[in-house]
Amino acid sequence: MSSPMKIKAVKFGILSPDEIRKLSVTTIFSSEVYDNDGLPVDGGAMDRRLGALEPGEKCPVCGNTRENCPGHFAHIELAKPVIHVNFVKHILTYIKTTCRNCGRILLNQEEAQRYLELLSRLEKLDIKPLKKRLVEYVRRKASKTSTCPHCSAKQYKVRFEKPYVFYEDREEAGLVRLNPSDVRKRLEKILDDDVRLLGGDPKDARPEWMVLTVLIVPPKTVRPSILLETGIRSEDDLTHKLVDIVKINNRLREHVDSGAPNAIIEEEWDLLQYHAATYFDNEIPGIAPAKHRSGKVLKGLAQRLKGKEGRFRGSLSGKRVDFSARTVISPDPNLSINEVGVPIDIAKVLTIPEKVTSWNVDELRKFVLNGPDKWPGANYIVRPDGKRIDLRFVDRKAAAESLAPGMIVERHLIDGDIALFNRQPSLHRISVMAHIIRVLLGKTFRLNLLVCPPYNADFDGDEMNLHIPQSPEAIAEARVLMLVEKNVLTPRYGGPIIGGLQDYVSGAYLLTSKSTILTREDVIDLLGVTGYRGPLPEPAILKPRHYWTGKQLISLFLPMDFNYRRRATLGKAAALACIDEDCPHDSIVIVKRGVLLEGVLDKASIGREEPESMLHWIIKEYGEDVGRKFMDNVYRMFLRYAEKHGLTLSYSHIEVPFEVLVNVKKIIDSKKREVLELIEKYKRGELEPKPGRTVEETLEEEIIDLLSKRLLDEVAEAITPYFDLRNPVIIMARTGARGNPVNLTQMAALLGQQTVRGRRIVRGYSGRSLPHFKQWDLGPECRGFIEHGFAEGLIPLEVFFHAAGGREGLVDTAVRTSQSGYMQRRLINALQDLRVEYDGSVRMPTGEIVQFIYGEDGVDPMKSDHGRAVNITRVIEKVIGWRT
Amino acid sequence: MLRSKSRKVNILEHEWVPKHEVLSPEEAAEVLKELSVKPIQLPWIKASDPMVRAIGARVGDIIKIYRKSHTAGETIVYRYVVIDVE
Repeated sequence: MSSPMKIKAVKFGILSPDEIRKLSVTTIFSSEVYDNDGLPVDGGAMDRRLGALEPGEKCPVCGNTRENCPGHFAHIELAKPVIHVNFVKHILTYIKTTCRNCGRILLNQEEAQRYLELLSRLEKLDIKPLKKRLVEYVRRKASKTSTCPHCSAKQYKVRFEKPYVFYEDREEAGLVRLNPSDVRKRLEKILDDDVRLLGGDPKDARPEWMVLTVLIVPPKTVRPSILLETGIRSEDDLTHKLVDIVKINNRLREHVDSGAPNAIIEEEWDLLQYHAATYFDNEIPGIAPAKHRSGKVLKGLAQRLKGKEGRFRGSLSGKRVDFSARTVISPDPNLSINEVGVPIDIAKVLTIPEKVTSWNVDELRKFVLNGPDKWPGANYIVRPDGKRIDLRFVDRKAAAESLAPGMIVERHLIDGDIALFNRQPSLHRISVMAHIIRVLLGKTFRLNLLVCPPYNADFDGDEMNLHIPQSPEAIAEARVLMLVEKNVLTPRYGGPIIGGLQDYVSGAYLLTSKSTILTREDVIDLLGVTGYRGPLPEPAILKPRHYWTGKQLISLFLPMDFNYRRRATLGKAAALACIDEDCPHDSIVIVKRGVLLEGVLDKASIGREEPESMLHWIIKEYGEDVGRKFMDNVYRMFLRYAEKHGLTLSYSHIEVPFEVLVNVKKIIDSKKREVLELIEKYKRGELEPKPGRTVEETLEEEIIDLLSKRLLDEVAEAITPYFDLRNPVIIMARTGARGNPVNLTQMAALLGQQTVRGRRIVRGYSGRSLPHFKQWDLGPECRGFIEHGFAEGLIPLEVFFHAAGGREGLVDTAVRTSQSGYMQRRLINALQDLRVEYDGSVRMPTGEIVQFIYGEDGVDPMKSDHGRAVNITRVIEKVIGWRT
Repeated sequence: MLRSKSRKVNILEHEWVPKHEVLSPEEAAEVLKELSVKPIQLPWIKASDPMVRAIGARVGDIIKIYRKSHTAGETIVYRYVVIDVE
């Protein structure tokens, strides 16, 4: 055998008529495909020599059966040449840049010679972009010349009419059509050197080959016919198209041979051109797509390759895989973040091949005995000779007995196996992560709530995919690189993307707040869910009974030498902010030597996407597994406490006393009056426009500002005294678990001004939004001001405005996702081949440098602190403590 | 020293134009060895670039640029001067 050869380059060219004839096993001359007996006609589009397709059929050309016959090409001799539609652009440049008489390039001899030398040098240096620019320059220069420098012939303007018609503008004689034969004759005359100068390749792509005289016919394997149940043959679209071409071609030849009038010949010739064009591409703009008799549009060759379902994106880049599963997801806070719950039904179908060794043979025997239907079992045994034994149909006892080292058992998934878990759209590297399998009852995949953010998953019916790596290498790689705990820190900026959300945050607040004291039973219950083993800490209160604080429980899980200090989310509200440790609101979190001394835990300490949080520092300073254990165990305690405490929201929590509501109405009325005054002022023409605004714009802006921001702030001020930190709405808003103070005002008092595209709602009828209002009314009510809150209830007109404002958000998200999705696709396609080399530079696969040092500082954002290589403040803090 | 055509602005003195310098053949060889690249694998700069003209670099030279950087303070990049076809 010869030594293996290496592909050095791939080159595309155009088939010459000679090559096509050489490749071809026969010419196709008959528009008949099958004869009366249903046998393929010799010289028809389904000629036997084009390859064996039927079972048992032997190929007359290569002698193989259908398994081995690769199929063979044929050709059609065209009666008159036709233009290949995909090459019209190139044909046009060749015609424009060469002489219509002598075929030389429209540059004088010295010039052409000079550029040719330059081109050769660039070719030798292999600088493609420069070569391209030179060629473009030469083309532009040549197409500007109006008299041939070689034969002094006058050059006419060539006009091109899409998709494939060329005209010459002979000034005195008017527009003259160049038929494909004329075009071909002109292309034939071009010298090889001139072709090179114009960016062509005379060896593999002579310009005249772009006008077809011989059409290549692909083998039958490319266009197999399908046998319907009714016994009727249905031919491929390409076959139909080829038959059309043969039919027209024969007719055209008859006309030419019989010396028919030119008009008739031209007509038939055009028809042949049309069929040849739609054979290659049936979506050419400007001409009607060729159709079936049923009216269905035929698929041209281009349609097979193009688009999402085409050969490239659909068949080559996108493949379907085995060992995968998909089902609905549901939450399970008792799983580790590293785990995924897999339904038992899926665990019995997906398998992992395990090699039999003397160490695992006993366990594998049990699996084999259990067989395919009983979990944990096995579905197949692969013998050393490669033969697969299906355990459904054999005596499993005997099979188990015969199990010996060297065989492979394809066993069911069991706890501890590894799987890749994914949710579309996969926009991230963290949209696919490795999880450790836990086989569970039920029919859904289960995952810990903390891993929802990277997948952007919720449980309103989302489905996710699971893939089982098969080879030991793939399994090891998944475990080491892709496990969830290895991906807690985002490669975007190095902060944790996984972290507490919603109930975790409120639970943590409730547990660690000063007013929480826990009895021994409470403590045991809470520590029980974490799996804590060890002594209880000294109670914080000894008399009259032993009581513990929530902070003590947290301290049990903090590393002994951990120090941390940060303002809690709670402290962001001015009323609850503190300047130093002496903090009555408990809004500064202080951990010294692993003891939570002060402060409540909330979003700022345990939340997701919170850089420099307690969670972040634990992960960074003690490792991913410590961080993961913290999330697995302590976070479970937060939920348990939220359950024990009870966290619910009802009408009474957003209700304000009647007097307050009256007061709120007064505020609203005064603001409305202000607006009306403003409108009056405008009508009197006394309103001063703001710089760069018209009077109308000034008025609208002023009204929006008055009715949304200023009004809501004032109302919020009036009602907040009636809500305190025992109110669940306030707890959630202040700790960052869910919602914000504005939402509370909207529920309790009023929704405020509704806007569409930053303006009050004006669309609808002329001069008014709804027929209930007077035309040209500028008042608050008719332009979408809502003076009721959800507690009170909206009046019908207000519901309409609220819906109008709410719809904008929906439309925006829909538009944004599709746009950003397409942008990302383009970016990925452009950047996918870049990589960071060992010297820190970013290069193309061919070695061209893109960045001399990645990001100019060589910092990996995933291992950085917000893009900085070191967080100096934190380092100083660790060494000398805090400075307050 | 060359001045721009309008003779109004000297780009060498402009605040936003970083320092450019032409490398001597020895220095150039060293840089290429350091990065283990052929000259054409460096990013290119047109010979018609105002800055290339201003410092008098020729086709085939390698230019060293000291740039300000948001991430690294100052960073050094190289450019290979190429023919401008137009």
